[in-house]
Amino acid sequence: MIPYLAKRLLTGLLTLLAASIIVFSVLEVLPGDPARIMLGMNASPEALAALRMEMGIDQPVLARYLDWVAGLATGDFGRSYTYSTPVIDLIAERVAVSLPLALLALALSTLIALPVGVYAASRRGTLSDTLTMGLAQVGVAIPNFWFAMLLVYVFAVGLRLVPAGGFPGWDQGILQGLAALLLPAVSLALPQAAILARVTRSAMLEVLGEDYIRTARAKGLPRRAVLWRHALRNALIPVLTIMGLQFAFLLAGTIIIENVFYLPGLGRLVFQAISQRDLIVVEGVVMLLVATVIAVNMLVDVCYAIADPRLRTAR
Amino acid sequence: MSLLEIENLSLDIGGTPILKDISLSIGRGEVMGLVGESGSGKSMTALAVMGLLPHAARARGSIMFDGIDLVAAPEAAMCRLRGDDLGMVFQEPMTALNPVKTIGEQVAEGIRWHTGANRADAETRARAMLHRVGLPEAQFPLTRYPHELSGGQRQRVVIAIACALKPKLLIADEPTTALDVVLQAQILKLLKSLVAEDGMSLLLISHDLAVVADMAERITIMRHGEVMEAGNTKQTLSQRAHPYTRQLAEASTHVPHRPQSPGQSKPAPLLQVKEVVRDYPVRARRLFTRPAPFRAVDHVSFELPAGRSMALVGRSGCGKSTLARMILALDRPTAGSIRFQGEALEDKSEDALRPHRRNMQVVFQDPYGSFNPRHKVERLVAEPLHLLDRRPSPAERRESVAEALSQVGLSPADMEKYPHEFSGGQRQRISIARAIITRPKLIVADEPVSALDVSIRAQVLDLFADLNARLGVAYLFITHDLTVARAITDEVMVMHDGRIVERGPTARVLHHPETVPARALIDAAPDLERALQRQGAA
Repeated sequence: MIPYLAKRLLTGLLTLLAASIIVFSVLEVLPGDPARIMLGMNASPEALAALRMEMGIDQPVLARYLDWVAGLATGDFGRSYTYSTPVIDLIAERVAVSLPLALLALALSTLIALPVGVYAASRRGTLSDTLTMGLAQVGVAIPNFWFAMLLVYVFAVGLRLVPAGGFPGWDQGILQGLAALLLPAVSLALPQAAILARVTRSAMLEVLGEDYIRTARAKGLPRRAVLWRHALRNALIPVLTIMGLQFAFLLAGTIIIENVFYLPGLGRLVFQAISQRDLIVVEGVVMLLVATVIAVNMLVDVCYAIADPRLRTAR
Repeated sequence: MSLLEIENLSLDIGGTPILKDISLSIGRGEVMGLVGESGSGKSMTALAVMGLLPHAARARGSIMFDGIDLVAAPEAAMCRLRGDDLGMVFQEPMTALNPVKTIGEQVAEGIRWHTGANRADAETRARAMLHRVGLPEAQFPLTRYPHELSGGQRQRVVIAIACALKPKLLIADEPTTALDVVLQAQILKLLKSLVAEDGMSLLLISHDLAVVADMAERITIMRHGEVMEAGNTKQTLSQRAHPYTRQLAEASTHVPHRPQSPGQSKPAPLLQVKEVVRDYPVRARRLFTRPAPFRAVDHVSFELPAGRSMALVGRSGCGKSTLARMILALDRPTAGSIRFQGEALEDKSEDALRPHRRNMQVVFQDPYGSFNPRHKVERLVAEPLHLLDRRPSPAERRESVAEALSQVGLSPADMEKYPHEFSGGQRQRISIARAIITRPKLIVADEPVSALDVSIRAQVLDLFADLNARLGVAYLFITHDLTVARAITDEVMVMHDGRIVERGPTARVLHHPETVPARALIDAAPDLERALQRQGAA
């Protein structure tokens, strides 16, 4: 287990390095001069040159890359061109919203999907299976912004249970913060849960046809015990894979929902940075996401090994 | 009064009748053998007793077990019986255990569920049970996972699960079919002793008359969902009053007629294997130490003369399939040489091997898995023709296929059909047709009849003998089944731990084995005549 983890960690770091080269080069060839963006169209050539020197843009490419990577390693992501504040502060502020949102959505989606998938698989071919899977199909098909607006209309405007949008900040109290994130999390979780439920169902169906399920039943275990104790753990591998992919998406792919609920999340930060050519912010966020995806994949691998003892010795 | 009394049990699955008016009874402490070919309904009968029938199945009639009608019993009552009074052992030990739970959990689970024992007590009982089935604590702690055990060891765990609560009736459905003969003998012995010690009744399901003759006091013979004959094992199998019983018994000891090859003049060697070694790397357990490789084939040398038939027998894992793969040039030896028709194979490129490939063909064990279900027979059988130097025209191709099909006793019209339209035996004929279409000098057959029912297997063995006589093709039969070796080979090689330990004329090796591994193999092989003699003596 330990050498296996060490190997994974090393590959992860190499991937991160490769990603940094790609991210840096791509943004390097894009047009747009950060100094001009900061100073505006009417800036004098002298002022531009002075700023370029101050930002280090006049250095050769390799030197700037090394400088940037060294900065990343020490937590110095540079200074935003548009906000003139450290990138790391901008990101930290947004992660404080996006990370809890993603975790909440993932938890909701898992809590809905696993029981639904197991239930549908255990009643394969019956009316309840067909209905549940039909609902899941609808869940996949509904655009989440539409569902989000529906939620706002019912729970925020109609019932006035939660705020319709915005984020008060965690310093206003955890409950306040969670209340603001509840509707966005639900609207993010719904399509994810629908997909996950379908994956769970088909993985369960496959497992339920295995010989060891028959062995478990021959022991006298009732159907429920067979489902939860013997089948589910064997069906977890594909479910974990999908959950890993979903988490990466939930962290940064939520710009539409952030816009619907006026949430200051990572998605909106990237969007603004791109449209304002604030490349250093884009670079920072992209690197953070790459690191997250690598970390989540490692976590998923560890979960595989926990779920299936055969994977502990393999590879 | 009998423990199990099945009366007029009929069963259909989605409207298709599977069982018709089955009646069968087992007394307390009695061993009943249930014999039949595939599709005879023997497994469905067992599943009906266990209440584990598929969803669409409808059963009528009665199954009285210890005063309870199992056909009418609700699921909750069945759950209380299963694993407590009714235990079952299945055919395929490799997949019968849950891969993510330890063997201790899996044995203890049933004990906890039925007796309400706490975890520690259940584990103590599980420990004792595993010890009884031959898995002592020192080598097999409760924390082992199934993938850390071999097939025979896993079957012992399955038996421990089934017998943990001393069931009144144990059902064993082909418990040894997936194991080699030596393991089979061990597992049968284990079942016998458990049944005797705990006073269990045993319903032993098998396709193998010799196994049942060895184990069971009474026998029931089924075919197409009906009981053909039932009675005392010795009487039934020696008198063979029922025509189907006679047919089964004769087929299972069938020896094809082979015109004696004009043996004296020794034909030129077709295949020369010299000092062949095959090593496999072993996965490193530590980061920087490289473990010694596993030697699957260890300095094997032999010659196969043209037109002769040779058996390579041995237990599973002895290296016989690895050796066969190297002979077929599907794998390369680590050291040593393999010459086919006088030319070395081991260092040839894939292109240079082509002319040799057409002279050596292969027949696999599973006639179901070795065909692409979406291709017609014509295409399947014609596949090896691409090995010819000249591409045959479509007309020539069809002609070759038609000829190959008639050689194996099928009709040329069959080439328009798909594999699923044929029975298992016919499919094995198709794979033989595919093997002979290039007129090879050598056919390597890997357990070619072990997936077939006895009567079909007799026919396929006849076909092999006939093709050998007519086409002069040499055979290398890879098998753990000595009846195949006895039926159609001139010579037998016994392989053990990667080496050929004994080699000689078939009759000599099978009747007077000289080495320990050969003797173990031959003593363990079930034999109908011997078993019936023993039954008489008992």
